[in-house]
Amino acid sequence: MKRLIALLFLIATTGVGQEPRVIAISAKRFEFTPSQITIKRGETVTLRVTAEDRDHGLFQKELGLDLTLSPDQIAEATITPQTAGRFIAICDNFCGSGHGNMKMVILVE
Amino acid sequence: MDRRSFLKVSGMSLGVGALISVAPAMAGGSAAATMRRWFRRQNGESVEPFTLVQLSDAHVGFQGPPNPTGTKAFERAIDIINGLDPQPDLILFTGDLTHESETPGEHAKRMQLFRTLTSRLKTKKVMYVPGEHDAALDKGTLYRQFFGETHYSFDHRGVHFVAVDNVSSGKPAVGAEQIAWLKRDLSRFPASTPVIVFTHRPLFDLRSDWEWFTKDGDEVMNALAPFENVTVLYGHIHRHDVHETAHAKHYASRSLIFGFPDPMSSGDKKPVAFNKDKPFDNLGIQRVVEPHGQVAEIELTLREYGGTDGVQQISKTGLFI
Repeated sequence: MKRLIALLFLIATTGVGQEPRVIAISAKRFEFTPSQITIKRGETVTLRVTAEDRDHGLFQKELGLDLTLSPDQIAEATITPQTAGRFIAICDNFCGSGHGNMKMVILVE
Repeated sequence: MDRRSFLKVSGMSLGVGALISVAPAMAGGSAAATMRRWFRRQNGESVEPFTLVQLSDAHVGFQGPPNPTGTKAFERAIDIINGLDPQPDLILFTGDLTHESETPGEHAKRMQLFRTLTSRLKTKKVMYVPGEHDAALDKGTLYRQFFGETHYSFDHRGVHFVAVDNVSSGKPAVGAEQIAWLKRDLSRFPASTPVIVFTHRPLFDLRSDWEWFTKDGDEVMNALAPFENVTVLYGHIHRHDVHETAHAKHYASRSLIFGFPDPMSSGDKKPVAFNKDKPFDNLGIQRVVEPHGQVAEIELTLREYGGTDGVQQISKTGLFI
């Protein structure tokens, strides 16, 4: 019994067997919602991104994020940032006059 | 002879573009002679020095606080180019000819206005590539109606020119199909052939969070790697920049509408604010001094704002005599 409790404690503390935390993000001209997300350094998260109005993109070079977004599809990327910092992710699929300011912040603490 | 000196590209920016002197393979040497013979056989044209002008980012139709003067800088550039003696052989326009509009019919009007303005140029050989504001929303459909294909190549006096489209897919990318075309196109030429690529976005990673890059730019540069003299002319960043990679030198031309700040010292990509006293402050005359690419600024103002006519001011400097 003690061994089982110890194993359960290990799973709970290390996260072994846990699904990554899912962060839902929506994209529409010319904003991402939420406009900022926070991730712990070393934490694995899945970004689940939907486009509401037309094709968009979600790109962040340092985090290896490069999604193509279409209104009829859900796009996912699982990342485990190892470096703390404030990373700007952009829409990289030209979507109109406000495209240049369509971005969000990924804060890694 | 240094084989890399077959092509000398030196820039002298004239207000809102760059005047570039090209001297392909004029010196001796067997490789140069081979290349000259090859061009004569292929194109029946002589290999001799010439000049070209690069213009970029006119954004015809743009209206907003960063530049309330509309097409004035563009029109001034046309006047300046028409005053050059001798006239440049070629004018290369590196994208964002127009600013997009989603009002039906409006974008076509802007493209027509662009064509009307460029028809004033004495130099009639004007070649274009699209910017994202021209071609990304409709995958280049309207652009092709006015300006033809978005990627192509041609030869001029011993130089091979390649127009690379890194905008019309919507993403900052060239794409596998166009890269395959590029490789086929280049395979016809000996490695000594000078190549000038003109495109809209930088083909290297200048600042990705400002979308100042091309995702598969490395693949384009790898295709060009066998060539001894490669120059890339681009726009998009609305500021002068010179960048050297292993096989090529990359020059950015200033915009004809507004400037962007230095990407190395600024957090946000916001247009440089309009200065009524110096309306062309970030579009103004600059002279690029080779070989190190230093830029000397020369003031250019509009008569109605600064009381000085830009063209007269330029002629006083003696830059274009």
